[in-house]
Amino acid sequence: MTYAENGMPQKNPLSAQIDLSKFSTVDFTPATEEEKKQQEVMGESVSFFKDGCRRLMKNKLAVGSLIVLVLLVLTIIFVPMFVPYGYEEIIQVDGRRDKTAANLTPFQWSERESQYMEETGEKLFPHILGTDNMGRDYFIRVVYGTRVSLAVGLVASVMVLIIGLLYGSIAAWCGGTVDLIMMRLVDIIYSLPDTLLIILLSVVLQETLDPLISGVSFLKDLGTNMIALFIVFALLYWVSMARLVRGQILTIKQNEYVLAARTIGTPSGRILRKHILPNCLSVIFISVALQIPSAIFTESYLSFLGIGVKVPMPSLGSLANEARDGLSSYPLKLVFPAVVICLIVLAFNLLGDGLRDAFDPKLKR
Amino acid sequence: MANNEYLVQVEHLKEYFPVRAGFGRTIPLKAVDNVSFSIRPGETLGLVGESGCGKTTVGRTLLQLYKPTGGRIIFDGQVIYDSGEQYDENGRLKVDANGKPILGKKVQADMLPYRKQMQMVFQDPYSSLNPRMTVEDIIGEPLDVHKLCKNKKERRERVMELMELVGLNAEHAMRYPHEFSGGQRQRIGIARALAVNPKFIVCDEPVSALDVSIQAQVVNMFEDLQKKLGVAYLFIAHDLLVVHHISDRIAVMYLGKMMELADADELNDNPIHPYTQSLLSAVPIPDPKTARASQRIVLEGDVPSPLHMPSGCPFRTRCRYATEQCAKEMPPFTDRGNGHFVACWNK
Repeated sequence: MTYAENGMPQKNPLSAQIDLSKFSTVDFTPATEEEKKQQEVMGESVSFFKDGCRRLMKNKLAVGSLIVLVLLVLTIIFVPMFVPYGYEEIIQVDGRRDKTAANLTPFQWSERESQYMEETGEKLFPHILGTDNMGRDYFIRVVYGTRVSLAVGLVASVMVLIIGLLYGSIAAWCGGTVDLIMMRLVDIIYSLPDTLLIILLSVVLQETLDPLISGVSFLKDLGTNMIALFIVFALLYWVSMARLVRGQILTIKQNEYVLAARTIGTPSGRILRKHILPNCLSVIFISVALQIPSAIFTESYLSFLGIGVKVPMPSLGSLANEARDGLSSYPLKLVFPAVVICLIVLAFNLLGDGLRDAFDPKLKR
Repeated sequence: MANNEYLVQVEHLKEYFPVRAGFGRTIPLKAVDNVSFSIRPGETLGLVGESGCGKTTVGRTLLQLYKPTGGRIIFDGQVIYDSGEQYDENGRLKVDANGKPILGKKVQADMLPYRKQMQMVFQDPYSSLNPRMTVEDIIGEPLDVHKLCKNKKERRERVMELMELVGLNAEHAMRYPHEFSGGQRQRIGIARALAVNPKFIVCDEPVSALDVSIQAQVVNMFEDLQKKLGVAYLFIAHDLLVVHHISDRIAVMYLGKMMELADADELNDNPIHPYTQSLLSAVPIPDPKTARASQRIVLEGDVPSPLHMPSGCPFRTRCRYATEQCAKEMPPFTDRGNGHFVACWNK
């Protein structure tokens, strides 16, 4: 082999090899320790949670939904403090009931109110969404209706989560006959027609609950109907959650890291706590986020049918139901609650989808 | 019975899994049937065989991750499992007049103290590490479970030490498994197994899921660790070249039964069992000339279903030398000199 003057082997003109004479011996010296270190570049350490959050923040729809939801929650918490009207209060002017204030359009004052303002020079709070046929401020009723709907959705989902998580994990952990019996029970409940059962249960529960809660002031304020609704949702919707939890735990139990934990001698409780639950939590929370809109929707249609929350407490569904009567004259009365229902359901669904994309390990790119 | 020459002694180990066959009826799947071997301290026993022949089950049953169906396991002179079955000199089960086995004393030791001495490295580095735990917590878990560290600082130092030992950068202790490559993950798995200072590690195909260049690194690391710490390995693999490289002795399994057991070089140069011969002839030779000259023994047919094992020797359906005797009875696992054990009727 011949060598070029820089010490590198010269290329045979017919060879297909790389022409090494273009390089010098310096190029082939081994890397120093410092240069080797530079190769060990790793990104900033991210936990699973942070990584998911980052992906969630990249999803514009999910972030938008989150903002809408936060705004809604802030509204229903703080707005009733500023608006001087109550949801069941018929508008009064100068201490007397204002009969002309029914069915006002947005930002309109009734005759008596305009008169009163002219006389005294005092400025009354505007009726942002007008008033209903009884002369109640519609804006504050929509705000309270949203409160009820969101509360029902959240509480129902949390109850579903608790029952489903306990039931599903017991079934999965015990396995065998216990699992078989528990899951067949779920199948039976699953096969009952939802709507019919909800209607029957809410009627029956209202009767039976009344004497029970009359002693407790906190529960009394909430209203029998509300509590009946919570119980109905919790009784019916936990089955799908229980199935989901059981499936998740069974899948994760198969992973080698659970076997590794057993090899180490980790006790069962610790395996469940440290290895199995953290790995199925994300899937469970996503399904809770998707459960909320379905509960809200069910509550709305129950109220629409007239078996939801009791008057004068408004809910979005009952507001829509009331608006039906004067639909041709006052279409806006239906539009406002309907828009809010749509916003909530859409926002929760989009957020749930976004959460799933961000946190479900199976969908990870 | 206990022999202090050996660290691990496995005698007539059996692991049958019930398989549902129709309504309410189960038949046993003999994943491991009458397997006996022993491992000296600081020695590597390679265990080879094709997929589904029960290699992994042997490892897991040995660590009592599955409850054994029968046999005896002795670790460091202590019997940790004994089903009470007794055998005569020819390896036949002693039975009474009704054909029921005569049972001796049953032993089932509490495994927790032994978990400190026997550990396992898993095949798939992607599923053997909990994705929600940091590397420090993964390696530190055995330390917590066995209360080997007094405080957080000591635990952290021990984790760092272990990471350095397996060639990981100790600064990466707070990272999550998904941030590491396959080879690095396998090192984390090894560090976790080493955390309790075990005397014996079952390596369940630890390099099968890695690419070839990383395989070499990890195999060499296993050897270095053995020199440094004196651990014994049961090295399960299906790559004969890797097993020959790392093992002192090699055992060959077929359909849940042990076929041959010999020193690595002896097995390589002088395979006696026809199955071992065909296995070895299938090893690719990195030299075209030699490869062309060597004769490949191609087996006919497929592996029989472990649910419907052939009578006698399980290999007889594919064996060139099979005789009537092979169909009648399973050949005993006998020493043919120099610790070369073979289960075959042919001399």
